Amino acid sequence: MDIGESLFLLVLTLDATVRVATPLILAALAGLIVERAGVIDIGLEGKMLGAAFAAATVAAVTGSAWLGLLMALVVSVLLALLHGFACITHKGNQIVSGVAINIMVSGLTALLGVAWFARGGQTPPLSDEARFGAVTLPGAEALADVPLIGAIYSELLSGHNVLVYVAFLTVPFVWWLVYRTRFGLRLRATGENPAAVDTAGISVERMRFLALVCCGILCGLAGAYLSTGHSASFIRDMTAGKGYIALAAMIFGKWRPVPVLLACLLFGFLDAVAVRLQGVALPMVGEVPVQFVQALPYILTVVLLAGFIGQAIAPRASGIPYVKER
Amino acid sequence: MANPGGQLPAWADIVMLPLINVAMAFIVSGIIIAAIGQNPFEAVRIMILGAFSYDGALGYTLYYTTNFVFTGLAVAVAFHAGLFNIGGEGQAYIGGLGVGLAALALDGSLPFILLLPVTIAAAALFGAGWAFIPGYLQAKRGSHIVITTIMFNFIAAALMVYLMTQVLIRPGQMSPESRVLAEHAWLPFMHEALGWFGIAAARSPLNLSLLWALACCVLVWLLIWHTRLGHEIRTVGSNQTAAVYAGIRPDRTIIVAMCISGGLAGFVGVNEILGVQHRLLLDFSAGYGFTGIAVALMGRNHPVGIVLASLLFGALYQGGAELAFENAAFTPDLIVVIQGLVVLFSGALGFMFRPYLERLFARPVPPALAEA
Amino acid sequence: MTGGPPPAIELRGINKRFGPVHANKDVSLRVPAGTIHGIVGENGAGKSTLMSILYGFYEADSGEIAIFGETMKIRGSEDAIAAGIGMVHQHFMLVDVFTVLENILLGAEGGALLADGMAAARREITRLEEEYGLQVDPDALVGDLPVGLRQRVEILKALFRGARILILDEPTGVLTPQETDQLFRVLDTLRQQGVTIVLITHKLREIMAITDNVSVMRAGEVVANRPTAETTREELAELMVGRKVLLEVGKRPAQPRRPALEVEHLTVIDEKGLRCVNDVSFTVRSGEIVGIAGVSGNGQSELMEALSGIRSIDSGEIRVNGTRVTPVRPTDAKRMRQASLAHVPEDRHRMGLVMPFEASESTILGYHDDPKYSGMVFMNGRAIVADTAGKMSRFDVRPRNPFLKTANFSGGNQQKIVLAREMERHPDILLVGQPTRGVDIGAIEFIHKRIVEMRDAGCAVLLVSVELDEIMSLSDRILVMFEGGVVGEVAATDADARTLGLMMANIVPDQETAEAGHG
Repeated sequence: MDIGESLFLLVLTLDATVRVATPLILAALAGLIVERAGVIDIGLEGKMLGAAFAAATVAAVTGSAWLGLLMALVVSVLLALLHGFACITHKGNQIVSGVAINIMVSGLTALLGVAWFARGGQTPPLSDEARFGAVTLPGAEALADVPLIGAIYSELLSGHNVLVYVAFLTVPFVWWLVYRTRFGLRLRATGENPAAVDTAGISVERMRFLALVCCGILCGLAGAYLSTGHSASFIRDMTAGKGYIALAAMIFGKWRPVPVLLACLLFGFLDAVAVRLQGVALPMVGEVPVQFVQALPYILTVVLLAGFIGQAIAPRASGIPYVKER
Repeated sequence: MANPGGQLPAWADIVMLPLINVAMAFIVSGIIIAAIGQNPFEAVRIMILGAFSYDGALGYTLYYTTNFVFTGLAVAVAFHAGLFNIGGEGQAYIGGLGVGLAALALDGSLPFILLLPVTIAAAALFGAGWAFIPGYLQAKRGSHIVITTIMFNFIAAALMVYLMTQVLIRPGQMSPESRVLAEHAWLPFMHEALGWFGIAAARSPLNLSLLWALACCVLVWLLIWHTRLGHEIRTVGSNQTAAVYAGIRPDRTIIVAMCISGGLAGFVGVNEILGVQHRLLLDFSAGYGFTGIAVALMGRNHPVGIVLASLLFGALYQGGAELAFENAAFTPDLIVVIQGLVVLFSGALGFMFRPYLERLFARPVPPALAEA
Repeated sequence: MTGGPPPAIELRGINKRFGPVHANKDVSLRVPAGTIHGIVGENGAGKSTLMSILYGFYEADSGEIAIFGETMKIRGSEDAIAAGIGMVHQHFMLVDVFTVLENILLGAEGGALLADGMAAARREITRLEEEYGLQVDPDALVGDLPVGLRQRVEILKALFRGARILILDEPTGVLTPQETDQLFRVLDTLRQQGVTIVLITHKLREIMAITDNVSVMRAGEVVANRPTAETTREELAELMVGRKVLLEVGKRPAQPRRPALEVEHLTVIDEKGLRCVNDVSFTVRSGEIVGIAGVSGNGQSELMEALSGIRSIDSGEIRVNGTRVTPVRPTDAKRMRQASLAHVPEDRHRMGLVMPFEASESTILGYHDDPKYSGMVFMNGRAIVADTAGKMSRFDVRPRNPFLKTANFSGGNQQKIVLAREMERHPDILLVGQPTRGVDIGAIEFIHKRIVEMRDAGCAVLLVSVELDEIMSLSDRILVMFEGGVVGEVAATDADARTLGLMMANIVPDQETAEAGHG
């Protein structure tokens, strides 16, 4: 394998990384926003799955990826509001509510899929028009034959669907939202000291519901990407734990947008590389089991949570329903 | 978990409120069934028939029940210590690994009578070990147990795939399964056991682990309400400050409770590996760990409630399978939906109806009494 | 009503009940604009409730509020802020991970983008800093600031929102004397600039030092209004404590015997790094009741927790019956119990009981491994229930049902459960914190009688209470704690409310004359 070939392989791996990381980035940022407001949401998985199903279903029926996306957003936001109804309005346990949503959506998408399409839980395959197709950046084809740069530009940067670019643009947007706007200031305060927000005359409940709506929108985008961007149909349980990896990435990025992005890319890279590592002996370590690489995001998160590599400090008030006192 | 100290008669709190919550879950399920163009009442009829009436149906129902009892108890024990163990799935998986390894290693040398306690102990040990790490990290380093147990579910899944495809796979075979255990290591099926007493029963996967599950119910009941350790667990779970005041060490208690919880979840492996599959394979935990959450919430973390909830879910699983057989519109996913709704209404919205009930039971307080 | 400008605050007939507790009884209050108005009272006198009503945390059951002559309803903090009321809470309402600027901006951002408001806010803060002498670095993280500066941020926050009335709830509780002096200079400047200030405190020295008028609250009522210049600390102390009829506790003179509990140079450092118990030494003999008087928050709670093995000790020594009890672990309540020390904690809800437990389970809290209640593994349920039933009848706990959930007993009966549990161990030493807090009159008498009986049986009793009456009627000797240290000791026979009140405020008579000499 010459150098050029292995570089090309690397570019391909990075390209795959971007594709795998896209839903993680959207979902992890969704988690970041709600947790910054003091709501734990382990229902990212369920919201993504519900959105993926909604997007694929509507896209299949109407032939429009954009209508599919719209429905994905509606479903995901409704699920987020259900979470809010349970744990903000009724002060229920946030974990239990998240688990409930995950289980419910997992069953419901499969049940409805079978009932509507009778394809074993799958939605009908989408035509190219009903999907988010690849966007070719200007000049990508012209540059394709230029060594290295061509590969990077036309393979890595160009040729993704629009939601990939949206996901990457969401990172600076969320950063700006959280750190540079009134909403962000109040959001962060709500997760750290809701009593301070309350005494400043701002409704804690309203802030938390708004955060959940944002979370729903981002999970909706992630779900739509999965079924109408990355794939061409909905497959039962197609999120396959991505919601939890996103949660791990959020913790790994310590609830900050840019580190969260890096964590998502790292986890995405691990996933992309795991497939390629199968049966390959690495220098020094020998053959690394694929499963180990796949489990690495989870292992790293546990190690981080245990405080062995830096400290992961969650927003102080996360998980605690706000009850006015004195 | 929250316990608003409202004035509600005990029976309304213990019986009525849970029933209302479960009823809500079923009503919403019924609406969903109607929404996909089916008749919910017909579905109920088929499910009840499917779960109880034909030959072996009850056996299947009770076989599922067995698993739910184990995972439900696991969630409940952790709950009593104030912990939310979402890792039942992984602990069940690793517990099964323990059973499998012990049986694979010893089925050539030990007779059944010795092999059985060893394998049961292995299930407990492996399950407990898998729960110990999150428990330890929670108690000593404050790592959020919900997140760590979720992560450990995935780590367990990856570990099992590795072991089954690379290490334990039967040589020269494609599917990731171990060799079949020696027949004398198998836990007898219930229909066989009943046969010894001359009682004829239809074939089903139900095996003697059901008895162990029921024994575990009694043991957990004794543990939680009648032992020193149980008292300590409940004190830590209800009020850590009071526990410190009482000279109880919350960190130690949390770790012990998690180990017991993990051990109980591990017994799923006894039912699945020793009782039904008779070899080590992938995905035998099949979501039982997650169902345990619904079972524990619905059963109010009490063994009696857990047995009843397990029975309901066992019937749902079995009835759901029959329903899917009868009518292609119903996949077993219906049961998953119901399960999610039960968690939602019995758990997250568990106290939604309480104020209404309280108003129903409230009697006007004489002003003189209110003054005092 | 005469002419002139309307008062900044006028409250008329404010009533507020929390269940059976009448926290504010027909309270009326007038605070003229541009003055500093002190509100004094003991803990639980209703000061904080009143201010919470003014700031919109609670709505009054009845009564009227007028701000600068305008009658209004204050339904939430936003209404209060709009009316020009700012509040500096006892527990600061700040976000530690935010900068000073961000904290000040929160809720008053001046636009959807922070950048818009940020520059204007900086200018405004600079102006406020100059005008009122409130220097603080706007870019510092609040979590890194010392307490005094955090308080300054709170004041800036209120002023930034255009507050013309500033309520300070126990503002000096967490400050050093130097910081307190600085605060008072700031308050003085604010007054000169026309800001109206309400100062809630129980420290009489501060009232005398800074206020124009003072209102005294007791048991939910305003019992007196005085111009500060026309009153004295002595009068205020008396008004605060009230001439309540002392509950008669029939007790003979104590017959103290050997020292049971000896404390030497005990120092406890709390979570915030403060010396909450500072070099405290004392002895309690068997057969006597030693009371610790003091305004709450002066280290009494931490002292009790340290003595009972719940809180770790920084330095010093505790001896029980002459034997040194070295804590093996930072906290070891079990060991203290084994040393025959029993503890009735001051907060039964948080510490002394487990509310979801049945009465019989709460009755063995801390003693569940006693062989009387349990074997190696199993608890002896029957023995526990029988034992509880006995305790319930001896301590007249109603309803006499060992299976009833602890939460379903009234406050007095819950307290009796705790007392029965701890007293019937017949400990050599009994620590009692706030034995009658939230307990009805009938039960108070019963509890007091039991405490005296314990003493007569030879127990060494250490009593902490914020109720001066209780301390005076029960104790044989009284120690006064102030800011973590023991500042004085009096024999109960020599104690009166006035002297104790002064000692609790750390006004030592001879020091007073010295101060007068300087002034």
